[in-house]
Amino acid sequence: MRDDEAAITVRGVEKSFGDVRALAGVDLDVAPGIVLGLLGPNGAGKTTFVRILATLLRADAGSARVLGFDVVHEAGEVRKRIGLAGQYAAVDENLTGLENLVMVGRLYGSSRRAATARGRQLLAHFALEDAAKRVVKTYSGGMRRRLDLAAALVAEPPVLFLDEPTTGLDPRSRIGMWRVIEQLVAGGTTVLLTTQYLEEADRLADTIAVIDHGQLIAQGTSDELKDQIGGERLEVRLEDRAQCQTAMRALTPMSDEAPAIEGHVVTINVRQRGGTIVEAVRRLSDAGVDVEDLALRRPTLDDVFLTLTGHAAEESESAAEEEEAFA
Amino acid sequence: MRRLVTDTLVIAERNLIRLPRAPELLLAFTVQPIMFVLLFRYVFGGAIRTPGIPYVEFLIPGIIVQTIAFGGFVTAIGLNDDVHKGLIDRFRSLPMARPAVLAGRTSADIITNALAMAILIVTGVIIGFSFRAPFLHVIAGILLLLLFGYAFSWVFAFVGLVASTPESANSIGFIAIFPLTFISSAFVLPATMPAPLHWFADVNPFSKVINATRALWLGLPAGNNIWLAVAWSLAIIAAFAPLAVARYRRQAGT
Repeated sequence: MRDDEAAITVRGVEKSFGDVRALAGVDLDVAPGIVLGLLGPNGAGKTTFVRILATLLRADAGSARVLGFDVVHEAGEVRKRIGLAGQYAAVDENLTGLENLVMVGRLYGSSRRAATARGRQLLAHFALEDAAKRVVKTYSGGMRRRLDLAAALVAEPPVLFLDEPTTGLDPRSRIGMWRVIEQLVAGGTTVLLTTQYLEEADRLADTIAVIDHGQLIAQGTSDELKDQIGGERLEVRLEDRAQCQTAMRALTPMSDEAPAIEGHVVTINVRQRGGTIVEAVRRLSDAGVDVEDLALRRPTLDDVFLTLTGHAAEESESAAEEEEAFA
Repeated sequence: MRRLVTDTLVIAERNLIRLPRAPELLLAFTVQPIMFVLLFRYVFGGAIRTPGIPYVEFLIPGIIVQTIAFGGFVTAIGLNDDVHKGLIDRFRSLPMARPAVLAGRTSADIITNALAMAILIVTGVIIGFSFRAPFLHVIAGILLLLLFGYAFSWVFAFVGLVASTPESANSIGFIAIFPLTFISSAFVLPATMPAPLHWFADVNPFSKVINATRALWLGLPAGNNIWLAVAWSLAIIAAFAPLAVARYRRQAGT
């Protein structure tokens, strides 16, 4: 890095494909060593954004720097420092796992011997040792993704782009992939991860940037985003409906807003998470209310997404197809 | 420059390692041309007049050029497949020499073309073909065919990058190659064709290469054919190599 600036700096990046505006002026800073989750529905512009940062595509306007190097004018320097893995699992199906990694290593300029050693090390790390000499055609989807990620890590790049690394994987492989990414992050790599899965962003990302229709519409930690749309919700199910008013009076001091009643259930928005359940139980028991069940529910990223964009995260198939056709 | 050479060799090696593992591709280089040799020699050959030369000797250089030309499809389809599977994206995101992916592919094609040529010459010899020229002329003919094959690899590399799908790469290639191989001196004497086709067959670069090879292998008068064949090959490389590399640099598949 040239100085202590952000690992990734993006200013006013725009990109259109014909009439489709994939990116409509994006600004973003990613601090070194963090995982930024770029969260958005299909067709929001995530892949286009990653392709611009990875020097594969040129923006129509704006500029982007990776570790201080301009992605257009200093593309060669950028390429030496990034790894790219994605939804396509870009590995050669007719080569073995080891041959794929050796090829990539040699293309980074390593000798055959060094590339082979590094390849074996990565295969062991990604639990692909036994498949090292098998042609990739015979690999499962999860194995291919792991090999693809291994290929992105051959040169130990300080910045890693993961474009929807688990899209299309079955739940078990997805969880395996998450573990692998978590280990990686512990090693201090800066990661820009795109995903349409809220759960994935929630689990892996330090900071989440929400993108929709080519624009960043929110940014923050998962907790900050959830706080934006209100705090915790306490749901109390009563044994006796007649006690609703009593329960309401008992709980009112815990919230800035009036509790809501629906059948046997009293719901209130509470200010903080810590101690809420204990306090609620004490207040209800002091007031002599019999509680059947009581739960504290956080807003999910789903709620966040719905509030921010007006639609759920996993939709807009037609927009996705448009992006795919052009990108 | 050193990077260009090593990166090109790495990619060429990749293309050669994978060849025996994709048997359908290997068939295009081996069994298919042998079938064509037998078809023309034994089915059509009896009806085709080539005064002064036995038909089998007339045929082999023509079949080799046809095989090399159609073999280029493998390059186009393979590159297009690389585009769609995201491999080209991976290569473009690596700090490697920009022309190496294409240069490696076309270099590997030289080996596969040499292999196809060897198979055809052996087949030809079994059914009665023989060289009637000094050893060095035979070698010169082989080198000329490899040069022409290399030039055509660049054409197909370009087609592979421009085509939207492997299927369209296949049909673009077929539509271009079919008339060039058949309206030429590959299988019959152009003098037997109607005037417009005769004219086309005479100016067709395929005819130049085929005539030059026949001259070199059978000890026939060469005329300008050898120089024209070399000039055509170099001109095709000069035109299509920069086009293909520019296309690759810009953004393959978009």
